[in-house]
Amino acid sequence: MLGIGILKGLGETGRNFIGSYFDPKRMVTVQYPEKRLPLKENSRQFPFLVFDGDEASIGLRCVACQICEKECPPQCIYIEKSKDKKPDHVGKPQYYPAVFDIDTSVCMSCQICVEVCPFDAIKMDNQYELSTTDRFGGLLLNRDRLAKPNGYFQKLHPTDAAEIDLRREEERVKAVAKAKADAEAKAAAAKPKAATATGGSTVPQAPTASA
Amino acid sequence: MAPSIDQLFVNLLHWVVGFLPEMVRPWASLVISLGAILGVFALLFGLTTVCERKAIARMQNRLGPNRVGPFGFLQFVADGIKSLTKEDVVPRTADRVVHFLAPLALLVPVVLTYLVLPIGRNMVVLDLDCGLLFFFAAGASTELAVFMAGWASRNKYSLLGAMRAIAQMVSYELPFILSTIGVVMVAGTLSTVRIVEAQAVVEGDWLARWNVFTPWGLVAFVLFVIASFAEANRSPFDLPEGESEIVAGYFIEYSGFKFALFFMAEYLGMFSSSAMAVTLFLGGWTAPVAGLGWVPSWMWFFAKLLTLMALFIWVRGTTPRLRMDQLMDFAWKFMLPMALILLPVVVIWHRLGGGWMGWLVCAPPLALAWVLLGKALVGRRQIRPRTYRYAEG
Repeated sequence: MLGIGILKGLGETGRNFIGSYFDPKRMVTVQYPEKRLPLKENSRQFPFLVFDGDEASIGLRCVACQICEKECPPQCIYIEKSKDKKPDHVGKPQYYPAVFDIDTSVCMSCQICVEVCPFDAIKMDNQYELSTTDRFGGLLLNRDRLAKPNGYFQKLHPTDAAEIDLRREEERVKAVAKAKADAEAKAAAAKPKAATATGGSTVPQAPTASA
Repeated sequence: MAPSIDQLFVNLLHWVVGFLPEMVRPWASLVISLGAILGVFALLFGLTTVCERKAIARMQNRLGPNRVGPFGFLQFVADGIKSLTKEDVVPRTADRVVHFLAPLALLVPVVLTYLVLPIGRNMVVLDLDCGLLFFFAAGASTELAVFMAGWASRNKYSLLGAMRAIAQMVSYELPFILSTIGVVMVAGTLSTVRIVEAQAVVEGDWLARWNVFTPWGLVAFVLFVIASFAEANRSPFDLPEGESEIVAGYFIEYSGFKFALFFMAEYLGMFSSSAMAVTLFLGGWTAPVAGLGWVPSWMWFFAKLLTLMALFIWVRGTTPRLRMDQLMDFAWKFMLPMALILLPVVVIWHRLGGGWMGWLVCAPPLALAWVLLGKALVGRRQIRPRTYRYAEG
């Protein structure tokens, strides 16, 4: 009969109407500023720069290779390489970004900069309350505002961070071991060199062979 | 005590008008009553928009507006201020005069329909002998305003919306009016006041003689309410403003306060057609059963009106939008034949004088007509899992 379907539908909406007052589990939304839903681990908004240790100017992982700048589809990243170098986590001298800007009004949160970074230096932040009264300066994030400690990253993406930390620690241990071995080899090479020097030989042994 | 509350507003009006010279009294009475009606219904409009948003949100398990004022009930004030302070954009190629006049041409006839609505005992602005006719005449002229808005905007979507609105309103005007003819036949008058009085509780009877308590009245009430959904461009008949197809229909090029006027006219039209449904079928300001006469008459009227408004909101939260052909099919193949079948049934009911005999004779043909017309309308189309000819799997 015509109208039965409408009556059934009215019953359904009526049940929802009354049910929503008595059963809080029905509600699909929360009252936002007071209540917040926990974010998923992989949720992302805009990128940030990771630094190790306590001092951003020392521990910044970024080596200003500018891969992210070139890959960024909307070209929201601007990097200026430094003139001097400073040691990275394995002790190797690297450039660092003198200027690193991300224009969040342009950024489309695609995460490509994170995918291409070989140094695990740029990662996605999940901070979403970024409204500002200054639409130019407030949305253009500079190096100091982008830099966040590794602890923050560990909190944000625990799985990802644990894996990266493990790898970097291995690299560091290997580098330390290598440095130690190099030093030993150098010392070992220096000894015969000293011996041969006294012996008058003009052809020194290759130190790398023993190392 | 009770009669004084019942006649509170009438006495207040007389007292105020009493200060004026004899000559201007009828006019002053008219203006003051209309102003009061406008004030009350504008406030009701504001509150209804908030209640509608909250109710529909609850039907969808959301919270709805709850920020402005207690429980968000002052939201309409914020919305009003917003629409007043917004820029009033007129398209460069629009017909400026007609574009400006359309919201007014929509609002004025809608307000005029309130003149003949009996809100309570002795509470009607104009007791016209042809009250019902006046109501329909004023209500029908809103169609012109809708087309003015659609045409003057010089926008293809607004024109499409306006043409849909015209087609829909003209089609539903027929069952809208035809469903009320039975009431006029039984009451023997076109005056809305007399129609209400004919439905009051008769001395010695326990149930009021509301038209909705008769088989033909019930069907006519349902038809009238469905047609008033269409007249008010409400869901499920909101094709003229279907967002998914034509953005906002005929008021797409209106912004700021003109848009608010359109919005207000739509709601006021909804109120007036609900009020007319109350007047014609639900006994206007009369009590449903004997012994409840002590409740002020205007309270009954507003209680019934708000119940109908709740139904409007409920249906809006429930039904999807119809297609144009479904809309037309429904008007011409179901509503109109049903309204025509009602007429002989009313005559038979009237000749038999009602009672159980009347029910026995009148109810079966109406039920049969409802079922058969419904079958003819949708029967051949059966809902089954959809099959795809080319896209398998």
